[in-house]
Amino acid sequence: MIPDLSRRTFLAGALGLGAAAAASGCGVTRGEDNRDLSMWIPNSPGGGYDQTGRAAVGVMEADDVTGGSFEVTNILGAGGSVALTRLMGASGDEHTLMTMGLGVVGSAYSFGLPFKVTDATPIAQLIEDQEGVLVPADSPYETIDDLVAAWKASPRSVAIGGGSSPGGPDHLFPMQLASTVGVSPSDVLYVPYDGGGPLTTALLGNKIQVGFSGLGEFEGQLKSGDLRALAVSGEERLDGLVADVPTLTEAGIDLTFANWRGVLAPPDISDERRGELVAYLQEMHDSQQWQEALVTNGWTDKFITGDEYGQFLEEQDQRVATTLEEVGLL
Amino acid sequence: MDSLSLLGDGLASAISPENLLYAAIGVLLGTFVGVLPGIGPAMAVALLLPVTAGLEATQAFIMFAGIYYGGMYGGSTTSILLNTPGESASVMTAIEGNKMAKKGRAAQALATAAVGSFIAGTLGTLGVVFFAPALASIAVDIGAPSYFAIALMSVVLVTAVLGASKLRGFIALFLGLTIGLVGLDLNTGQPRLDLGMTQLADPLNVVVVAVGIFALGEALWVAAHLRRTPLQITPVGQPFLGRDDWRRSWGPWLRGTALGFPFGAIPAGGAETPTFLSYIAEKKLTKHPEEFGHGAIEGVAGPEAANNASAAGTLVPLLALGLPVTATASIMLAAFRSYGIVPGPQLMDEQPDLVWTLLASLLIGNTLLLIINLPLAPAWARLLRIPRPQLYAGILFFATLGAYATNVDPFDILLLLVFGLLGLAMRRFGIPVLPLILGVILGPLMEMKLREALTISDGSPSALVSEPLAVVVYVFIVLAVAGPPLVRRLRGGGSDRNTPEREKELV
Repeated sequence: MIPDLSRRTFLAGALGLGAAAAASGCGVTRGEDNRDLSMWIPNSPGGGYDQTGRAAVGVMEADDVTGGSFEVTNILGAGGSVALTRLMGASGDEHTLMTMGLGVVGSAYSFGLPFKVTDATPIAQLIEDQEGVLVPADSPYETIDDLVAAWKASPRSVAIGGGSSPGGPDHLFPMQLASTVGVSPSDVLYVPYDGGGPLTTALLGNKIQVGFSGLGEFEGQLKSGDLRALAVSGEERLDGLVADVPTLTEAGIDLTFANWRGVLAPPDISDERRGELVAYLQEMHDSQQWQEALVTNGWTDKFITGDEYGQFLEEQDQRVATTLEEVGLL
Repeated sequence: MDSLSLLGDGLASAISPENLLYAAIGVLLGTFVGVLPGIGPAMAVALLLPVTAGLEATQAFIMFAGIYYGGMYGGSTTSILLNTPGESASVMTAIEGNKMAKKGRAAQALATAAVGSFIAGTLGTLGVVFFAPALASIAVDIGAPSYFAIALMSVVLVTAVLGASKLRGFIALFLGLTIGLVGLDLNTGQPRLDLGMTQLADPLNVVVVAVGIFALGEALWVAAHLRRTPLQITPVGQPFLGRDDWRRSWGPWLRGTALGFPFGAIPAGGAETPTFLSYIAEKKLTKHPEEFGHGAIEGVAGPEAANNASAAGTLVPLLALGLPVTATASIMLAAFRSYGIVPGPQLMDEQPDLVWTLLASLLIGNTLLLIINLPLAPAWARLLRIPRPQLYAGILFFATLGAYATNVDPFDILLLLVFGLLGLAMRRFGIPVLPLILGVILGPLMEMKLREALTISDGSPSALVSEPLAVVVYVFIVLAVAGPPLVRRLRGGGSDRNTPEREKELV
């Protein structure tokens, strides 16, 4: 809604206090042997990219992986497009990394950027996060099959919602699901909510029939039984509270979907430097501390690097483009 | 009263000299950070949260409550003194508050804001204590159709503040609504008025718009006239609230509280709408309509109380449902989690002592805010005795810093300048700024709710009257629009008694 934290950063406050005025001049006077790095975060403090990016930086600093220090900067705006644009502009800068993920892939399309995430230098994928299909406790849909049957029978009487704007994970997932089960994505009634809070409210008040989102924010309601999960989107079931919720594949729907996050570097950096950056993240991933961070945050470990990650990006980029085309947004 | 005795236990465990010291430190830190332009309570809390690390839960809550209330009050202070609101909910405070400050009544404006915040915060917190579970279950039933109706009502009521020249007022309102269109279309991702710039892909920050139009516009206006007008020393006036001020403030404090609390308690209500409704209500009810637009104390007391009551109200969905509905609430949620509190339906049953301690801490923080800031009001007010060139240079400096700091993007400074020039032009041509700001705030809200309602119903307009609250609001709108002319006609008198009075409002 109106100005929320998304327009403000922790750095902002530091600047406001006059404590970190020097931070604005970053990246200008770095020597060749400088080992310091910048980590750019494309959304606000506390958001998904921020948590992942800061966790990774925390581990690398604690283990002194790079031999230098890190500076984390939140660059907000346009679902990550502002940060991605700056990253493309920093071509050849070998001291910058950016945390990104599926949402940034989509935002490059939604915002009509003249480049894609695949134009940057792929470093590594770090984690993935399953999505879930949520309904209110008294919903007539007991299983994902009930939902699919009703959806196919009359797509325009099922209002669904998610916590992302068009092009984001919570939007892409239901659209791909619709397409897989034979509902035309352009018939889907999708309401974009401003995050998990408003989405929960709409579900609890029976304003929409189904919600699509990562499950972390709904723990309280799932535990109390006010909301039910019909399916999870990954290859395997999740542990804990939703251990008995089937995957889509188990329910006979040929779709796996995951929101994921990873790290990019600016385009046109030397192969040697790229190798070094990959090695930093490899070392970070192999540490005990990172494995603990994965557990604490409920993230699934999904680590691929370099060219393999590049291929994955290509494939994701294609998939996003296809979905947005089907919905009629491209 | 079971709740009352539990709250008493909470208070007992929270009050100790050491804890009060933490509360006092929190209030002071919060106020000083909140005073910086561009930093609202959400930012203040986020910035100062690390300060509470390492404290045990009770002490952390108390300090946190102090920071929170201090941050809110700090935002009002800049609105009143410098015309630079720190967040959208204190925009309304700037309207009358800054006019009061110019008349030498800054101390009174600050005092009525402080007392109003205290009363609203206390009543609001007590409201949370007694009504949280009941309100929470009602709140989720209020959906997009009702929000749209309320937003529409607000837009209709804007006509009440259009000023003497309706034409100029509507120009300002539609300018505001147009500015509110900037950004990506919510449902289709189509860019609107973005001039091909990614920086304009998100809705404009209301704070940057308001600071540009209010503070920068005014600084430019003053600069343009500095040589031609004789130097005016802002009178310092009485240090505290006079008897007349008290008499005129208590009504707005209570009405503002009554308006603000429900808006906070229903998720997605937003804190701006009640401040705005409170302003309108006070303008209609006041016995001194001629003072509105020139520094009416009611116009500060009401919106300030509404702002604080709404902030307390957001604790209802936060504690009872685990739903953070404002930026500040999301930060609070993160803070609670770090102490093992998982807000949600089970919280009241599972960790009652923590909840009561928290609520007690809020009451203590609120009280200390009043004790510490009321005596400071005259000191703050003295800031205005700085000679004008230096004062405005300072305002420009902080406004620019605030705009830049929000996103560390030079583009925002450009944006600020553009709105500053717009503000200057509006002053030059006598176009009121208030309808513009309301357009910027209400336009996107109205659009979002309308489209949500229509998406859910697959485009059927009957959805708009599908909720009882929405119907009630529409009936009210019809009465408000059709009522007065009808009554006049029935009375047989065609003359509008308000006309001569309204003429005076022309800037």
